[in-house]
Amino acid sequence: MTYGAARIGSRATPGRLGPLWTFLFRYGPPRWTEYVLRNWAGQRLVIALPYLWLLIFFVVPFLIVLKISFAEFSPLGRPPYEPVFRWLDEGALQIKLLIGSYQYLFNEPLYVSSWGYSLMVAAVSTLMCLCLGYPMAYAIARSTPTYRNVFLMLVILPFWTSFLLRVYAWIGLLKTDGVINNVLLALGIVHEPITMMYTSFAVYIGIVYSYLPFMILPLYSNLEKHDLTLLEAASDLGAGPVRAFMRVTMPLSFPGIVAGSLLVFIPAVGEYVIPSLLGRTDQLMIAKLLSDEFFLNRDWPKASAVAIAMLLLLVVPIMIFQHFQNKELQAARK
Amino acid sequence: MKMRGVFSKTMLGFGFLFLYVPIVSMVIYSFNDSRLVTVWNPRGSPTLKWYVKLFGDDQILSAAWLSIKVASMSATGAVVLGTLAGLVLARFGPFKGRALLQGLTTAPLVMPEVITGLSMLLLFVSLEQLFQHMFGWQFDRGVVTITIAHITFTMAYVTVVVQSRLSSFDDSLEEAALDLGARPAKVFFRITVPLILPAILSGWLLAFTLSWDDLVVTQFVSAPGSNTLPMVIFSRVRLGVSPVVNALATIMVLIVALGVILSAILMRRQEQRRKREEQMAAAG
Repeated sequence: MTYGAARIGSRATPGRLGPLWTFLFRYGPPRWTEYVLRNWAGQRLVIALPYLWLLIFFVVPFLIVLKISFAEFSPLGRPPYEPVFRWLDEGALQIKLLIGSYQYLFNEPLYVSSWGYSLMVAAVSTLMCLCLGYPMAYAIARSTPTYRNVFLMLVILPFWTSFLLRVYAWIGLLKTDGVINNVLLALGIVHEPITMMYTSFAVYIGIVYSYLPFMILPLYSNLEKHDLTLLEAASDLGAGPVRAFMRVTMPLSFPGIVAGSLLVFIPAVGEYVIPSLLGRTDQLMIAKLLSDEFFLNRDWPKASAVAIAMLLLLVVPIMIFQHFQNKELQAARK
Repeated sequence: MKMRGVFSKTMLGFGFLFLYVPIVSMVIYSFNDSRLVTVWNPRGSPTLKWYVKLFGDDQILSAAWLSIKVASMSATGAVVLGTLAGLVLARFGPFKGRALLQGLTTAPLVMPEVITGLSMLLLFVSLEQLFQHMFGWQFDRGVVTITIAHITFTMAYVTVVVQSRLSSFDDSLEEAALDLGARPAKVFFRITVPLILPAILSGWLLAFTLSWDDLVVTQFVSAPGSNTLPMVIFSRVRLGVSPVVNALATIMVLIVALGVILSAILMRRQEQRRKREEQMAAAG
């Protein structure tokens, strides 16, 4: 039995891709794929490839960060830390773990205030994002199918354009002699330009602007699935629109709210670009602190300790997110 | 009922204004004949002089070329690994370590970029030491390390796209083909791959965009000589607004908008053709 070109071409081909497949697999699928797909060893290989990649380039790096976070800082060393594991001459392994970097994280006022500030900024902007994103997702989910597709495309479109440039666009708007101030002055609404750049407000705007699609999409995919007869039933039973919304729609959309909020909150805590371009210069966010510690002070142990602490802080929200994500995937399968 | 509809529609309109006003204003001011980007100079505007400057700017052009190279290489790598991971997770049934693989593929989606960047850099530094110690061989950071880092964080997106596409079909098509006597490789290439091809394509584009756009991870793992486009933009923008960056942004927005509109038209056509074929099948 052969996989000749004639046979493949003459059979009904899936969709319009027939000619492409004929061309690509003129002489049939390569022999090795047969082997890979049929054999136990081959299947192991298919599993092993992505697995190994992620282990080497995702898991091992974290172990290294963990190790260095316990190392001693030596400013003049190359690399600038003392080895944690060292073979002594008499054949013994010396392990030296310092928790100094971690103590520093919780005692140094600069650090404590950046932790607080990062969490505060992330929480406020997530809330703002929810307040804007929920009605938008609701309106999209309840519009006619044609409009719905256009609206969804409009929500996703900015996501495909450069994130950095979209944040940059706000500098032109928010500057003291920027577009917003010019418009407000021209309309006579204010008489003095308002300072908006390099404030927390600018950071909120930047985060809401950049992460809005991440809030809208999970909410939309939840709201779109709602059974509208439930609302009719509520109104038949005498509930007003507000009450029906609070008692039916809102609780049903809870998984969407959680997923969307976490998708905004988690990256917002570790946001680097937005506060560096728009934010306050006297109050750093934690990601900027990590990068300064690493690049300016060359203090690798402290930077690693910040990374580990940040990870521990975000583990709970990440786990909640994955829990909901898996539920969603399972629901899609049913 | 009526009132709530009005409120959410107003918010929708406001939201779209919020999303598009900055982009539009950035485009408009790229045609402004003034060094002060935000002050519109009516004399001489609109002008194309910033575009002329942009195409004479070697730093930006070479950075853009480097970014294109890195993004296409890492998107391709991410598609290969991400498709395998998605396939394994959706089709291979339960196996030992499946939960861990699922966790590992979704974790980079939510990992703060600074952590990914720092950990990747520390890995590369350790590898450098190891190689030098063992083989006396020195490797430099640059295109290769940037590409590896980008593959690692973009393959997660490809995995999610491919996996969700595969989960939306059950494997009855594949089983039917197997029952009819097709060999596994044939089933894979004639049934499975065509099914997930749209997901693979959109996964590639997504990975390309993310890699093209990444600043933080790249800053960590690149060497002084190799600057990608976002790094150049960031260092310029830090010093204030620059009309050349506006011109660059306008071109990028134009390309993306054209691409999205084109793909929407193509998808619509395909949909219409499918409907026609279905009708013909029903009639015949």
